Amino acid sequence: MKNEWPLWEIFIRGQHGLSHRHVGSLHAPDAEMAVKNARDVYTRRNEGVSIWVVEAKHIAASSPSEKGPLFEPSESKIYRHPTFYDIPDEVGHM
Amino acid sequence: MYAQMIKTASNGIKPREEMSEEERAFQDKIDNDIKIEPRDWMPEDYRRTLIRQIGQHAHSEVVGQLPEGNWITRAPTLERKAILLAKVQDEAGHGLYLYSAAETLGVSRDELIELLHEGKMKYSSIFNYPTLNWADIGAVGWLVDGAAIVNQVALQRTSYGPYARAMVRICKEESFHARQGYDAIRAMAFGTPEQKRQAQDALNRLWFPALMMFGPSDAESTHSEQSMAWKIKVKSNDELRQQFVDQTIPQIEYLKLDLPDPNIKWNEERGHYDFSEPDWPEFFNVIKGNGPCNVDRMKDRVAAWDDGEWVRDGLLAHARKKAARKVAAE
Ligand SMILES: [Fe+2]
Ligand SMILES: [Fe+2]
Repeated sequence: MKNEWPLWEIFIRGQHGLSHRHVGSLHAPDAEMAVKNARDVYTRRNEGVSIWVVEAKHIAASSPSEKGPLFEPSESKIYRHPTFYDIPDEVGHM
Repeated sequence: MYAQMIKTASNGIKPREEMSEEERAFQDKIDNDIKIEPRDWMPEDYRRTLIRQIGQHAHSEVVGQLPEGNWITRAPTLERKAILLAKVQDEAGHGLYLYSAAETLGVSRDELIELLHEGKMKYSSIFNYPTLNWADIGAVGWLVDGAAIVNQVALQRTSYGPYARAMVRICKEESFHARQGYDAIRAMAFGTPEQKRQAQDALNRLWFPALMMFGPSDAESTHSEQSMAWKIKVKSNDELRQQFVDQTIPQIEYLKLDLPDPNIKWNEERGHYDFSEPDWPEFFNVIKGNGPCNVDRMKDRVAAWDDGEWVRDGLLAHARKKAARKVAAE
């Protein structure tokens, strides 16, 4: 059996009120050690208040070749943005 | 630099007419500064060249801990010791960021480490020079990390997304490295005559090895052209070296130390300092494995890897047992 520690993706909440953000990855034997290592590697300068770790193999991702079908449809739907609508000045801020 | 003389996997640049449709689309992305991400299509040679370059860069971060680790227990004050420890710990992190970036290209960290230990991959020539005294530790932070910053700031614009992002993180930490080094050497340059002598000696010995970090002169670096077209490399070796010299001379002058090279002179016409080329035969000799510390460095790295094996295996065995028990209980 190959004895390389599995790869974990690390997500850090930078400050209270913000969502967790992907910051990088690391190797660890299990989740507990992944959290400890993430603390040592990614939060040495007050970069975080909370850590999530996910084993990389559990992440499902969209494929780059699907980029067109997935994301292009929203490009033409400009009515989804507030700037599409003219609100008369007399109405005031909306 | 931390990655010197990376052989480009391909032979010369392919003319646009000879490119496949995929290759053309790929080159267009690069020309438009659109980052390449792990799952995007990329030429096999781009992938292989990147693995070599990022891998060598990662190895340099890790091996680079050795010359400084040498002085942690002998730092002159508790404060300097805490600073040096923090700095060396950062370098371990830099190695990790870079191995992770390389892993997105389909190679594993263990494979890269094996290649290093088998002598099939290299690390920067600079770490094959010894750190003889405390002044060297100041000079390493100031000059070696200073040179690394010049290179790494440029690489923040490199075309491969994970590599560029690793550079951004690293650059944030590097300026602490250079500043703590300059602070340490400054204390000595303005200290007792003996301390000043040691500071001067450290500068004299490390100046040319620091210049070598940028790799051979542009005329001799045969593999640059493709790497530049792919934006794996962003600036040429000579450009980066000049930038480093220009920024460092005023720092030397402030310390009131003698310039380490009699040919350093401001060139009004060029708007740059002139300086002597390093001893290139020495550089190639160090790269080949004959520098003052090559053997020791590899011995220490291999020993650390071998001696740590039982820990890696033990922790993994424990994790597997725990996971199996959990499955059985469900
Ligand atoms: Fe570093
Ligand atoms: Fe550094």
